[in-house]
Amino acid sequence: MVTTNGKAPTLVVVQLAGGNDFMNTVIPYQNGLYYDYRPTVKVAEETVLPINDELAFNPNVAPLKELYDAGDMAIIQGVGYENSSRSHFRGMDIWHTCEPDVVATEGWVGKAIRELDPNSDNSLTAINFGRGLPRSMVAENATATSIGDLDTYGLMTGVQAEQQRAQALDVFQRIYTPALGTGPVQEYLARTGVDVLRGAEILKNGIAPYTSNVEYADNPIAKSLRDVARVHIADLGTRIFYAHHGGYDTHANEVPTHPKLLTDLSGAISDFFKDIRNHNASENVVMLVFTEFGRRVQDNHSGTDHGAGGGSFVIGDRVNGGLHAAYPSLEQSDLEFGDLRHTYDFRGLYATLLEQWMGVESTDIVGGKYEQLPLVSPAA
Amino acid sequence: MSGTDRELVAHLMRRAGFGVTQVEIDSLAEREYEDIVEDLLNPERFPAPEEDIARRYWIALNNPDGPNYPAYWIYRMVNTERPVEEKMTLFWHHLFPTSAGKSSDPPSSNVQIETFRRNALSDFETILLDLARDPAMIYFLDNCENHNGEPNENWGRELLELFSMGVGNYTEDDIKNASRAFTGWTFTQPIPLDPYARYPSEFLYLEDDHDDTEKTFLGETGNFNGEDIIAIIVKQPAAAKFLSRHLYNFFVADEPQVPAWDNVPPQDPEAIEILVKAYFDSNGEITAMLRALFNSDFFKASSFKKVKSPTELVVGTVKIAGGMKFPEPGHTGMAAATAAMGQGLQLPPTVEGWHTGKEWIDGGTLTERVNFAVNQLSDTSADSTKWIIDHLVAAGGSASPTQLVDACVTATGCSNVTDETRSALVEAATSEGELSFDTEADTEVSATRIAATLQSIVSSIEYQFA
Repeated sequence: MVTTNGKAPTLVVVQLAGGNDFMNTVIPYQNGLYYDYRPTVKVAEETVLPINDELAFNPNVAPLKELYDAGDMAIIQGVGYENSSRSHFRGMDIWHTCEPDVVATEGWVGKAIRELDPNSDNSLTAINFGRGLPRSMVAENATATSIGDLDTYGLMTGVQAEQQRAQALDVFQRIYTPALGTGPVQEYLARTGVDVLRGAEILKNGIAPYTSNVEYADNPIAKSLRDVARVHIADLGTRIFYAHHGGYDTHANEVPTHPKLLTDLSGAISDFFKDIRNHNASENVVMLVFTEFGRRVQDNHSGTDHGAGGGSFVIGDRVNGGLHAAYPSLEQSDLEFGDLRHTYDFRGLYATLLEQWMGVESTDIVGGKYEQLPLVSPAA
Repeated sequence: MSGTDRELVAHLMRRAGFGVTQVEIDSLAEREYEDIVEDLLNPERFPAPEEDIARRYWIALNNPDGPNYPAYWIYRMVNTERPVEEKMTLFWHHLFPTSAGKSSDPPSSNVQIETFRRNALSDFETILLDLARDPAMIYFLDNCENHNGEPNENWGRELLELFSMGVGNYTEDDIKNASRAFTGWTFTQPIPLDPYARYPSEFLYLEDDHDDTEKTFLGETGNFNGEDIIAIIVKQPAAAKFLSRHLYNFFVADEPQVPAWDNVPPQDPEAIEILVKAYFDSNGEITAMLRALFNSDFFKASSFKKVKSPTELVVGTVKIAGGMKFPEPGHTGMAAATAAMGQGLQLPPTVEGWHTGKEWIDGGTLTERVNFAVNQLSDTSADSTKWIIDHLVAAGGSASPTQLVDACVTATGCSNVTDETRSALVEAATSEGELSFDTEADTEVSATRIAATLQSIVSSIEYQFA
């Protein structure tokens, strides 16, 4: 699929780590059960931002509501899978690998990278912002780059003095010059080292011209999405970006912490789209915002514990905004061990984005055929 | 002959432990090699790592919710006087990888590592039995769902495939029957989180839930229980070979990944034979196998034939720099560092464990390895820098660029540097001339140059090898 600006479709994945409280993000504000279940962490009815006469946004996501009202944001309700794991690691693993029953090594993004760049021609085809690759991006023969800090990305970044760093890089380059006959592992190391140097150089030069009149806030997710914007605008052939926003594990103190997280997240997403629109680079971007699970329906008088069915967002110029799938029932008898029962399988969401947006066949990647949703429209 | 070659000491300590400082080599090299090996294999000759300060510092270890354990463990690896104990604990974690990510209660994951440590140099039968009774493993591989009449084969299968013999040495019926033998092997429910922390689960045998009928396993028939299955396994030549190959891959040289063992023979079949013989001569005692291994010619000839695991790289570099002597807030960063390099302790990627050798390396992990090691040695007060200054001052008070590079190569144990690497290092050092230690200011300048040379060495290709 090619978009109207002639650029290849690009996916930005935003991972909310810890389990975002979907019920307090998109709130069933007219349902009496909501207030019964959550004497402590409920969001006051008079503050919410209504979507319709059943659901409302959390008051701290006003910037997302603007995207929603403009028709650029889809809310996928009740996303999850059978027998949802309540463990963060395992839950995230399942979302990463699409394997609820066995612990698998390859991630869905990694497998997609392998399809998009089978010969690893571009070391920047997929970029993760954060330390260490998430499992989702790992697959054999899939190249992905992980960037802790874009401004200081590369080797020897802890060496403060400019001249000393230049010299250290110079020595590094000499040591890593591939020399035949040193041994296959040594040669592989040399190639890898040179690739890292080259990738860092391409990135540094690519992002240098970036200027913007969008002022991102000073918080981790805003910084990450600004970095995504800078690399995307540099047009270095990156097809998949991955960013993290942590801290959603609100067992305790949800009332003060969750609003701040949502404020940071929604501000960052809104600024990101403003930025890439200003640079005429938004048309080929779709963003997926997901989390490993929702939270327990009943609060624990301070926060909420690990739950099951949650919600995801898909945002972008080509997105068919609105509500998709069904909001899980709050009736006691419909809950699954006190959690919202999922109404839509997350693998269908991946399949939708892979096939309808990225143009990649999804069956092998997500491990089967799952119901897709009409989330994106092809270019006009 | 008296004493041991310093290079050989360094090799032994990199493999049996996590590296060694020049100061430690000074005293070790005065001893005979076999005596050093005996000390390593008899950890009780040395005091256990100091627990009091560590446990006072990592209070969460007493109120355990998991996340501090890897940092505490790395702290032990750096400071222990019983390196084989920690190295074998890591080995068992490699062989029986259990993720805290799928855990009934985080303290049980920590108890599992303590069990591995207690059994560091035990025998294979004891080790497998304790593993089969380990709550973290029981939950990880669903043996708590393995019931009389409704067997769950997850544990039974992995016990044979990944933990003791490997594919090709048993049938599907053996898996079914082994699984039936382990029905009723479960654990007590953990005491829950609130109000005062969690306590680990304990092994629980439910006789009512055990299938006590007849089973045939690897050609033997009886009303087997789990103990019988393990007793039969440890008699198998396949089990001896499997354990030997794992020890070879961990301590000697990189082998292909475990799933390939079924059809790729060991690179050194004679070495495996020596280890298998030690296994049967000693009823599967790990001490006997390691004695045969460390004293063998194939081991002594294997310097730098392995890619350092992330844990080896982190702990070895910290030891060279002289860090982590006391608990500090930054130590959780050490655990994060091994994880970013692809080896999150207590978070193995799958039940198959970590892929080793070349597979430790990709662009991201190489960047992490290089930057970590460089940062550890940025401080001119690092032990290695101080040792080099003393060494060079004692040798005459000034040093040529070549002497500088030689001293730094020695201090990092990176004696496998190639001629090309050495000339790159010497050339970089030559641009700034001789090193002087005449005045305090001279010494400071020289210390900075020593640190820079050390940083280049620990960022090299050669340093990635153990």
